[in-house]
Amino acid sequence: MNGVHDMGGMHGMGPIAPEPNEPVFHARWEARAFAVVRAMSAWRRWNIDASRYQRELIPPADYLRMSYYEKWLAGLEELMVKGGLVTRAELQSGQSATAPLTPALTADKVTAMITGGSPASRETGAEPRFASGQHVRTRNINPVGHTRLPRYARAKSGIITRCHGVFVFPDTNARFLGENPQHLYNVRFTARELWGDTASANDTVCIDLWEEYLDAC
Amino acid sequence: MQPFWRQEDDGAAAMTDSATHPPSTPVSASDPATRVSALESLLVAKGLIDQAALDALIDTYEHQIGPRNGAKVVARAWVDPAYKQRLLADATGAIAELGFGGLQGEHMVAVENTPFVHNLVVCTLCSCYPYTVLGLPPVWYKSSPYRSRAVLDPRGVLHEFGLNLPPEVECRVWDSTAEVRYLVLPERPAGSAGLSEEQLAALVTRDSMIGVARVTLPAAAP
Repeated sequence: MNGVHDMGGMHGMGPIAPEPNEPVFHARWEARAFAVVRAMSAWRRWNIDASRYQRELIPPADYLRMSYYEKWLAGLEELMVKGGLVTRAELQSGQSATAPLTPALTADKVTAMITGGSPASRETGAEPRFASGQHVRTRNINPVGHTRLPRYARAKSGIITRCHGVFVFPDTNARFLGENPQHLYNVRFTARELWGDTASANDTVCIDLWEEYLDAC
Repeated sequence: MQPFWRQEDDGAAAMTDSATHPPSTPVSASDPATRVSALESLLVAKGLIDQAALDALIDTYEHQIGPRNGAKVVARAWVDPAYKQRLLADATGAIAELGFGGLQGEHMVAVENTPFVHNLVVCTLCSCYPYTVLGLPPVWYKSSPYRSRAVLDPRGVLHEFGLNLPPEVECRVWDSTAEVRYLVLPERPAGSAGLSEEQLAALVTRDSMIGVARVTLPAAAP
């Protein structure tokens, strides 16, 4: 979706404000929010692409106003309702209306969850359509759903520099329409292709892009 | 208990995935600390979360996983050319040799800074970041200014961080749009030949591994 989350190339967002000796969390609630989101993901009622899409659906003015973990919370609450883990009435009242379950993530499983990770690569045996060094052009798509082809990189020409292998396709996975695994490539664009002649002649932007975003050119 | 969820007039509509009107996520008006606390209590009551697991998650990211991991990878690459080759060819495997891997580091790529190329990592669409080697991202990395400007004006961004890149050096920006996570291998600072691997690791900053800083030697003691 052409949401405000797709920020690459926007003006007017102001200066960057690095904070010296920044703590991992700025308040205890941030730490709890982070942990609750991670722990709830263990129920596997949604996936990482659906989580990202849910945050993209936050209305633009709210998205820009909210802090990172506020967005995580807003997304989590929607995902839990859609995933049938809590009801809106329970969120409203704060009172559980069901008998307690056994948590999907217990303390003894935390290390394994973190060190095991959740690889997005898949073995399908599919042949790649493109090869390193090949010139490609991105498609001009504007889907209302989730996509990882940023607006600034649509209908642009670049060169494949890496073939990452086969990966889950976020555009379908985010909406529970299947993993649709396909080859993922790193594509290098010149800054001038993306931004015009005023960009530095030497600079480049490298973007990971799935086969469905690309055409040979 | 304080309600933390604003009643929705269009609760049903918000759950649909219309072709033309994406649903909106409602936002609670209450402050986030109250909201998280209420949410945590509810989820504990429902048996959906285990508070000891939350404590373990927080402890891991506050005390165990952070940029010191990445600094060890960089220092090893500086002192061991064979390791550096493995890192550039298969970063996930090379990083695993030092015991780091897992969540948000499942598919790693290391990109090397040279006198001719300076690498800079961003995620314009959200805030993807290599947790296994750098920990959780700083606020500025997740902020709208960085996400919007790093691809359009990387030299301006670097300038704000105090790094003025000569025009002849290629600034190569990596937008982390997939599950591949990027680690910048900074240039080893001149004059560091006599330092041990451990001393080198102590010089490597988080910012240098994102690409917004160089690694420098500390100013000579007076």
